[in-house]
Amino acid sequence: MIAQSKSSAVAGTFGRFGGRYVAETLMPAVEELAAAWRDACNDPGFTATIDTILAQWVGRPSPLSPALRLAAALGTTARLWLKREDLNHTGSHKINNCVGQVLLAKRMGKRRIIAETGAGQHGVATATVCAYFGLPCVVYMGAVDIERQQLNVLRMRLLGAEVVAVQSGSATLKDAINEALRDWVAHPLDTHYVIGSVMGPDPYPTMVRELQRVIGRETKAQLHAQVGRLPDAVVACVGGGSNAMGIFADFIPEPEVALFGVEAAGEGLDGRHAATMSRGSEGVYHGMRSLVLQDEHGQLLEAHSISAGLDYPGVGPEHAHLFESGRARYLAVDDQAALRGVELLARTEGIIPALETAHAIAALPEVLRLLATSRDPAAVLDIVVNISGRGDKDMHTIAARLGAAQGDR
Amino acid sequence: MTAPDRIRRAFDRAHAEQRAALVVYLTGFDGGREHSLACLHAAADAGADILEVGVPFSDPSADGTSIQAAMVRALAAGATAAGVLELVEDFHRDSDAPVVLFGYTNPLLRLANASAASRLGLVERAHASGLDGVLVVDLPPEHAAVLRDPLVAAGVHWIGLSAPTTTALRRRAICEAASGFVYAITLRGVTGAVLGTADSAELAAGIAALRESTSLPIAAGFGVRTPHDAHRIAAHADGVVVGSALVEAAHEGTAALSRAVAALRAAVVR
Repeated sequence: MIAQSKSSAVAGTFGRFGGRYVAETLMPAVEELAAAWRDACNDPGFTATIDTILAQWVGRPSPLSPALRLAAALGTTARLWLKREDLNHTGSHKINNCVGQVLLAKRMGKRRIIAETGAGQHGVATATVCAYFGLPCVVYMGAVDIERQQLNVLRMRLLGAEVVAVQSGSATLKDAINEALRDWVAHPLDTHYVIGSVMGPDPYPTMVRELQRVIGRETKAQLHAQVGRLPDAVVACVGGGSNAMGIFADFIPEPEVALFGVEAAGEGLDGRHAATMSRGSEGVYHGMRSLVLQDEHGQLLEAHSISAGLDYPGVGPEHAHLFESGRARYLAVDDQAALRGVELLARTEGIIPALETAHAIAALPEVLRLLATSRDPAAVLDIVVNISGRGDKDMHTIAARLGAAQGDR
Repeated sequence: MTAPDRIRRAFDRAHAEQRAALVVYLTGFDGGREHSLACLHAAADAGADILEVGVPFSDPSADGTSIQAAMVRALAAGATAAGVLELVEDFHRDSDAPVVLFGYTNPLLRLANASAASRLGLVERAHASGLDGVLVVDLPPEHAAVLRDPLVAAGVHWIGLSAPTTTALRRRAICEAASGFVYAITLRGVTGAVLGTADSAELAAGIAALRESTSLPIAAGFGVRTPHDAHRIAAHADGVVVGSALVEAAHEGTAALSRAVAALRAAVVR
């Protein structure tokens, strides 16, 4: 295998993906952000402040839990490990990114924070960090998502954020991003847009990956302390792809570690889905060149997933590159399998995962099958799954889909 | 084929008449193909010097509610980038008015790549339609070569786009990549926003700065809705672009559009 190219020749690109495809009005704001980010990265005080907040307020490091009963239920001798981002303050990995970006925005003298949200996790995390720093916060959220994530809407409002319902398009995550971009175009000087994933124009994909890198860095050290070795595989769900990039980043230079991203097959790959890698094609969208779900005329298709957080027709450009280069493999799991994943983890490990995370759980049989073909059958495998978020926010959806069936038992 | 000269001629003629050129934006296929074609002719007949035809896109994040709604209608009516170029071709059968495409990267890139699949691509269709220029709102100069170079080689102008926030360094790069004219965005915001009084001074300074980087004509737009707005802009710019207000008028009908264009044309005098 050819060694992974170091950071690409052109800043902000990953192979032929990435870039800064934004309206000219935003270009200076994006350039300013890139410069401020470079500057902050070289300031030990900035990174130390992030580390302190993550330790004292977010609750890092998050545990790496062995999952013995899950392994037994899957009939595998592999050791399964769960990276517990669900135990972070606000219940998902999203807060890692928000702490860093809002701190950066303060450093840049921005007086107002905007964000988009799908499942509401990123919106809640942003609203929470804004409350912590005393900054006004506006969260754009699709009307459809508001309907299915009522509890998170209430949370954001309680935290003092303004939640704006977006009615345009499919009224989901992609439309919330469009509306947040419109806001930013109108207020480029005083406003920072906290993008919630490793997507959008440079520097976001790199910056968000670096702010989420803590997940993989901790995992590496924790597993080393437990078993003295690298994992054989790391598994994470992928919508925009921030929890996956976060846990992948430190393992990308370790070729013996297999990386698996799991995207949402929705109602099935031949029906409505959000499987950008499996069924997408190259396009320019939301400020980046990446893989997107589109028709033959270059119009974006509406994605579908039971999980609002994966319901997005694009993916971060570095994932597109990892996919094309073959460094990471991408699997697709449908709505039904994801629901079974929720139940499986709940019953075996006492952890109710987010519907997004449940896609990674549901992919484990396939991951084990793929590893069996490439690894020594006598070796004991170590496999880490990123438990990107907890499922409290999804109880309504889960109850509606699983409740009836369970009532019969 | 002298199509590229039509833009220059339109600005020269307006200049000779001591007024700014009136640039009219309409979303292609809004109200269906036939209505859209009728609107282009109505606008040209009522005094539009240059027509900007919007290529509908599913996610128009630089546009406000009026144009967004027009794009939703146009897509429902079957709009595609190829279809819009056929519309321009039809328009040019009966009119000599210059036409500039105004769009987002993805549908145009998709059409450009179609030529590789031995179908009729962007450049071939642009040439056939007599298209005079292309403006892509989310394709800054650092990424533009992929569409710009083949279009310019085919004689289609690449219209530059400059914003109030654009730095001096970027202004030079934008002007260097541009031909035909440079579009100066008049305000921080999406299309259809309200032009404030404060923006006027910023606009005048912005246009003066642009003139240091280019000898191309400068057309200003975003937030220009009324004849009064247009008159204010005409004092500084070589051209005035009106979009959302005319998209709304075109949605009412060709008669409303003709009246609105005529009123704007009367107002762009200096």
